[in-house]
Amino acid sequence: MSITENTAELGAELHVPGRLDVAFSAEPGDVIAVIGPNGAGKTTLVHALAGLVPVTGSARLGGLDLLQQSAQERRVGLVFQDQVLFPHLSALDNVAFGPRARGAGKAEARADARDWLERLGIGGLADRRPRQLSGGQAQRVAIARALVTEPALLLLDEPFAGLDVGVATALRLELRRHLTAHAGITLLVTHHALDALTLATRVLVLDEGRVVQEGTPEDVAARPRTDHVARLVGLNVLREGDTFTAFSPTAVTVSLHQPDGSARLRWRGPILGVSPHGDALRLLVDADGQLIADVTPAAAAELGLSPGREVWLTVKETAVERYSALPADEPRRRH
Amino acid sequence: MVPAVLAVLVLVVPLVAMVAQTDLLGLWDQLRSEPLREALWLSVLTSTVTMVICLLLGLPLAWLLAKVDFAGRGLLRALVTVPLVLPPVVAGIALRAAFGRSGVLGEPLLDATGFSFPYTTWGVILAHTFVSLPFVVISIEGGLRSAGSQYDAAAATLGASRWLAFRRVTVPLALPGIAAGMVLGWARSLGEFGATITFNGNYPGTTQTMPTLIYVTRQSDTDAALSLSLVMLLISIGVLVALRDRWLGTGTT
Repeated sequence: MSITENTAELGAELHVPGRLDVAFSAEPGDVIAVIGPNGAGKTTLVHALAGLVPVTGSARLGGLDLLQQSAQERRVGLVFQDQVLFPHLSALDNVAFGPRARGAGKAEARADARDWLERLGIGGLADRRPRQLSGGQAQRVAIARALVTEPALLLLDEPFAGLDVGVATALRLELRRHLTAHAGITLLVTHHALDALTLATRVLVLDEGRVVQEGTPEDVAARPRTDHVARLVGLNVLREGDTFTAFSPTAVTVSLHQPDGSARLRWRGPILGVSPHGDALRLLVDADGQLIADVTPAAAAELGLSPGREVWLTVKETAVERYSALPADEPRRRH
Repeated sequence: MVPAVLAVLVLVVPLVAMVAQTDLLGLWDQLRSEPLREALWLSVLTSTVTMVICLLLGLPLAWLLAKVDFAGRGLLRALVTVPLVLPPVVAGIALRAAFGRSGVLGEPLLDATGFSFPYTTWGVILAHTFVSLPFVVISIEGGLRSAGSQYDAAAATLGASRWLAFRRVTVPLALPGIAAGMVLGWARSLGEFGATITFNGNYPGTTQTMPTLIYVTRQSDTDAALSLSLVMLLISIGVLVALRDRWLGTGTT
């Protein structure tokens, strides 16, 4: 397999009636985080690209339209949400399955598979069956199984879902290494802002089957356009007409009495919940939708902040960022 | 509670009575008799050949029904299951109409090759296949379905053709269902009486299987028929023991 084969640009326009209607492009080496609420079409998107869901449109990868090829012919690697390791095959044979299917000899396929298991730190588990593996180990086998075929397009469907926090963190660090080395394009479906920020070069935000935002992770995190992303990155986002106003919960001042001055950015409402957030306490306040505010435990004790208490929230004008709500002025990143 | 007890009695009493009435000393003589050994051998032979044929024909059909979405699939499945509910005698009559010496297929076959199914061991196997194949297909189809389509999808994304996925993923995962189907087919074939005797008559050494032997023996010698029946009961229990993990243990098929 030559280098050129697994480095190709992707230009996709996909349409699945009632479920998905998206267009996006990617350069070799891109890691695109696909985020959005449940039912946004994330899994449909990766399954459409893998050839598991009937879809119209086109998906040009290099000179070829993926949609004209069967799932079997596409040079696409898919890591399923629930891994779908073959239960009757050892970890080694699971990983060797792809090379074997694509014509490699048994010894060669197994050598490649062993190599990838080593790279993912599970060389010692080669002979185990999937049911003898922990969640994190199984996910590593699934990733090795997809990467061993050197796909031009790697699709990861929530690879950290269902893993313990510690296991997920370790795997995230490791995956970052492999994705950096991966010459092709990666689509990473995730529910986690951290994945988008640490692993991705670009972020695609889906909602109800459509792309509602696209940009660099920094840009999307700083200027979210949907409540879902705002919650993921922990920002307050308000929409007024065609303008979004975003501010951090740490920039919010909480008081019990109506503040002096003429600050336009102030709201009043009852506290809905209090939860620890790092060193601070995070308040959820029912004002102009739901806003979050971080306060120190000392301040919370002093003000007697507990659920049900009416509070005033204010934000300094200098602490907010305003940006257009029109997606058209969002330039697509080009290399 | 009472109906349940009655149900158990209905199922168990006849078998216990049969064992109680059997002259166990006479059983030994029966086991050494030529007709029994011939019939037992013929039963085991035809049932085993039938099982192999059912696997070869039934597995692709079961795969089609389980994994391929095509128009008329429901109708095809209904057609496949008809022999399940057909009285075996009727099956024998139907086989005669198709494969008898003057049957729709039988006559051209006889003209072309000089061979005709009725009254031959192949005829027994044909009758067995007709009644057993539905069991095998339905059981294997269940096995293929429970294996889950996500594994086929995973195999496809890894570059496997349908045939490779079938061999290396689908069949291994459905193996318990396939094995159960084969044992079911074998057992159904072993017990087959009506279709066989209607289609093939009752010739010792060629078409006289255990059930037909028991039937004709019963007319002259009740004790011998009991002994022969006990042999069949033991074989049935043997089949149950072979399947115990599947049905008596986990309760899954």
